[in-house]
Amino acid sequence: MHVNTRIMPVEFEYLEPKTKAEALEMLAKYDNVKVLAGGTDLIVKLKTGADIKVDYMMNVKEIEELNYIKLEDNLVKIGAVTPLSTIENNEIINKYLPILSEAIKAMAAIAVRNMGTIGGNLCNSSPAGDTIPPLTVYDAKLILAGKQGTKEVSVEEFITGPGKNILAQDEMLVEVVVPAPKENTGAAFIKKTRVKADISKINTAVLMERVEDKCVNCRIAMGSVAAKVVRILPAEEAVRGQKVDLNLCQKAAQIVSDEIKPIDDNRSTAEYRKEIARVIVEDAMKIAWQRSGGEKIND
Amino acid sequence: MTKHEIEITVNGRKRRLTVKPNDLLLNVIREDLVLTGTKYGCGIGECAACTVLMEGKPVLACMILAVAAHGKNITTIEGLADGDKLVPVQQAFIDHGAIQCGFCTPGMVLTSHALLNENPDPSEEEIRDYLRGNYCRCTGYTAIVKAVQSCAKKNQ
Repeated sequence: MHVNTRIMPVEFEYLEPKTKAEALEMLAKYDNVKVLAGGTDLIVKLKTGADIKVDYMMNVKEIEELNYIKLEDNLVKIGAVTPLSTIENNEIINKYLPILSEAIKAMAAIAVRNMGTIGGNLCNSSPAGDTIPPLTVYDAKLILAGKQGTKEVSVEEFITGPGKNILAQDEMLVEVVVPAPKENTGAAFIKKTRVKADISKINTAVLMERVEDKCVNCRIAMGSVAAKVVRILPAEEAVRGQKVDLNLCQKAAQIVSDEIKPIDDNRSTAEYRKEIARVIVEDAMKIAWQRSGGEKIND
Repeated sequence: MTKHEIEITVNGRKRRLTVKPNDLLLNVIREDLVLTGTKYGCGIGECAACTVLMEGKPVLACMILAVAAHGKNITTIEGLADGDKLVPVQQAFIDHGAIQCGFCTPGMVLTSHALLNENPDPSEEEIRDYLRGNYCRCTGYTAIVKAVQSCAKKNQ
């Protein structure tokens, strides 16, 4: 099929709420509303012929009350329409959630990060979405609002498959809430791409909480290896409560490689993904451990 | 589709336009305002040939609905120089021969200009990182990076 990306071939009416309440009213009132934030995924999908029903395009980027980063009661709160480039340079994020900043810095081009928002990256629900593994290991909660009230879900509950999530037609994501990690916690994010600005062939985030030379809590998330970002619970279990050394990192990384069932697609192959998963998880664990204050693990 | 009246400030000048909801900012800039320095490259946010500055920050006009740009301040390549007086990075592109076919140049210059405003003293690595989304298919990257580097404070 010939695609002309010079134009937007889809027709729709345009809505621009200025407040959250106004946006929720519009979602309840109209049918087939698509929420537009940065547009870096949605506009491209519509231009290239994706099967998306849209009668109303609702631009939420002008809702100032959803654009913020703050620390309250040991919780980092990020408004859903906060641009990615604002998050990557924010002091609260760099202090408490450094791998969220690292993951965003590794995404796309500066122009795309100026447009794109954290809510947009989550709601696009790509298996390769780079903010998703960090938010998963940081145990982020997403606040979904509807006219009837709000609910709180984990990232794992929110995303159900490639491009799919549990948002109802009259709901929108309004806030990302992340508990500030405890003392002696370290995390790492690694992604593999052909060139720097690419979508991930594979990505991983690892978080480790240390007490002396033992890891008391470990979370490992993998992207681009399944229909959605997944945690590898058997690998986490193998690390929990153990003394951390090279052997343990290699053992956990091997479990990850054995557990995942990636596919061949236009960015990589299942075979490569299984091999490289082992390498990047081992590396991410070493970095996370050192950042938790643990002793450097040498090969 | 209901048409919308928008007002955008382009290169310091207020422009009132009537647009359809699915009109793209890129086409409004190129066709309605006849500012053809902004290029259509891939149309899907991969190449950055359509870069313009919105409130001083690089964005891609091929993925922005014109109606959503209402009230914004936009700078295109035509608006960077003050008459014949080029901004430093424009002169540097000329001095370093950092232009071959010229198609990526408006986006490259605007992105470089934004970088230098944000970080007046970027290292080579920071320049390459900031420009990583701007594609040059003549592969003239070396000269482009050198041009931007020559504008860094330490090299003045």
